[in-house]
Amino acid sequence: MKEQDYLDFERPILELDRKIKEMRDLASAENLELSKEIELLERRRNRLRAEVYSKLTRWQRVQLARHPLRPYSLDIIQLAFTDFFELHGDRRFADDKAMIGGFAKLDEHRVMVIGQQKGRDTKQRQYRNFGMCHPEGYRKALRLMKVAEKFGLPIVIFIDTPGAYPGVGAEERGQAEAIARNIMEMAAIEVPIICFIIGEGASGGALGIGVGDRVYMLENSWYTVISPEGCAAILWKAEAGADPAKLEARRRQAAEALKLTASDNAAFEIIDKVVPEPPGGAHMDYEGTARIIKGELIQALNELKMLSPEELCNKRLEKYRVIGVYNE
Amino acid sequence: MEWFRKKTRDLAAGEKKDIPDGVWTKCKGCGEIITVISLKKNYWTCPKCDYHFRITSADYINLILDDGRLEEYDANMTSADPLVFRDTKRYMDRIAEARKKTGVNDAVICGIGKIDGREVSFAVMEFAFIGGSMGSVVGEKVARAIERSLQRKIPLIIISCSGGARMMEGVFSLMQLAKTSALLARLDKMKIPFISILTNPTTAGVMASYASLGDVIIAEPQALLGFAGPRVIAQTIGGELPPGFQSSEFFLEHGFLDSIVHRSKMRKAVITLLDYLAGPK
Repeated sequence: MKEQDYLDFERPILELDRKIKEMRDLASAENLELSKEIELLERRRNRLRAEVYSKLTRWQRVQLARHPLRPYSLDIIQLAFTDFFELHGDRRFADDKAMIGGFAKLDEHRVMVIGQQKGRDTKQRQYRNFGMCHPEGYRKALRLMKVAEKFGLPIVIFIDTPGAYPGVGAEERGQAEAIARNIMEMAAIEVPIICFIIGEGASGGALGIGVGDRVYMLENSWYTVISPEGCAAILWKAEAGADPAKLEARRRQAAEALKLTASDNAAFEIIDKVVPEPPGGAHMDYEGTARIIKGELIQALNELKMLSPEELCNKRLEKYRVIGVYNE
Repeated sequence: MEWFRKKTRDLAAGEKKDIPDGVWTKCKGCGEIITVISLKKNYWTCPKCDYHFRITSADYINLILDDGRLEEYDANMTSADPLVFRDTKRYMDRIAEARKKTGVNDAVICGIGKIDGREVSFAVMEFAFIGGSMGSVVGEKVARAIERSLQRKIPLIIISCSGGARMMEGVFSLMQLAKTSALLARLDKMKIPFISILTNPTTAGVMASYASLGDVIIAEPQALLGFAGPRVIAQTIGGELPPGFQSSEFFLEHGFLDSIVHRSKMRKAVITLLDYLAGPK
């Protein structure tokens, strides 16, 4: 990991990693036997990392969910699945690059895999529109789900979006209708749907591919009705242009108030499971992350294949029917 | 169960922020000076430019339902505070204020009423209650309104007026999109008609769920309709929005609306549509 990829709260870890690197360089340059010392430092680093990661604030988890090295949908598909055959386009308007999908295999399970896709470098980020889908993205996802339903393939969905794209074209082509339609149709799809929030789960942009029989979240992902930035802007009137420190404080406050982490969502019984990430977060170990996700998916697929289409749909409706807290 | 009852279809001005009191007022649409009496006679729409002043949920009950009568359900359902949410104010204080200001317990009124003698499950949103936002109460009440349609096999009418999901209930608000839309899938399968009526504004989480899922979708003129708020979009594109962007007329032009109906003709339009969708009485 490059030094600029360490997050602010990882500074103490960076200090130790620097020392470890210095020691290694020294050992090889001077041909010294320092392996004991290095091992000691590494153990110290791991202990420190475990400590830092055991008490992350909600806002820090949001930072991790957005980490520039975080594994994206295609990374996980490449590592956990085989024989991925990508399918493009919504057959209406365009192929949305922020939404990917296609046939793939998880061991012997043939599935339809769909996911929101972010880009790694500046060019890719623009190409993928920062993981923000247009209506054609949601319509593409629904089209693939209908293909899966027709041919009896379970659906695996990776959610990772800072929100549905708020732009002129998106409104002209019915962003709200596309999301509403998906939510309604997904409630009645007659094959298993497993949704996995791997990074950011922002509001309708996430829910538009987020209705399923199982909803899992990676440990350092977030899922709620609005981004902390949006919430801070509306409720605290904290917008870009304000004093940066104050702005950051408001966003941190909004993240805390929204209770948006995986463990919050599990406590609220909105999701089925918090899936732990490798030490130091998913970005530290792609293979490990993919292995963990694959294990969870296969277990869920095996459980869900026991249910008839009717049972699936009834249970899915019931799952969402009971969500809500009110007095009467 | 409570009864809403008003004698005439003449919409009385309550303490509505959007509605002027006094003798003269300036139209928010065209800027013309008009008499409040002429406004009132005209269903709170401008006789010059058709600008639709915002009216209350009770006004819509009066406007659409036979004798202005609604057999109200779930009137006493109130918000809990699952996140123990606090921004510049405590959520529970906002709720208390909204209840005091509007006289209703949350942002939607639901029940059974009749339209031209035909029984319907009816829901109407109240914008004055925290921007008509949808939290658990709105989601649950709308869900039950859909279930009443399913159980009694009667048409569903929802009049939306909402800025979207209610932030102060976080992910619970978001899940109300799924709850209501999943039940609408059932209604769709059972071939029970759903007429969605959009008023100013209908955006975000409400637009991205039930409001967009009507068999027929109609809107009042010049309403703000869309997914993202215009301010957010202007920020994203870093410039001015085209004139008329996200209006009812824009929605109609882009194919997301069946018809724009003037408030004075709304009841008649619903009667006509029900005749086609639900068959002759």
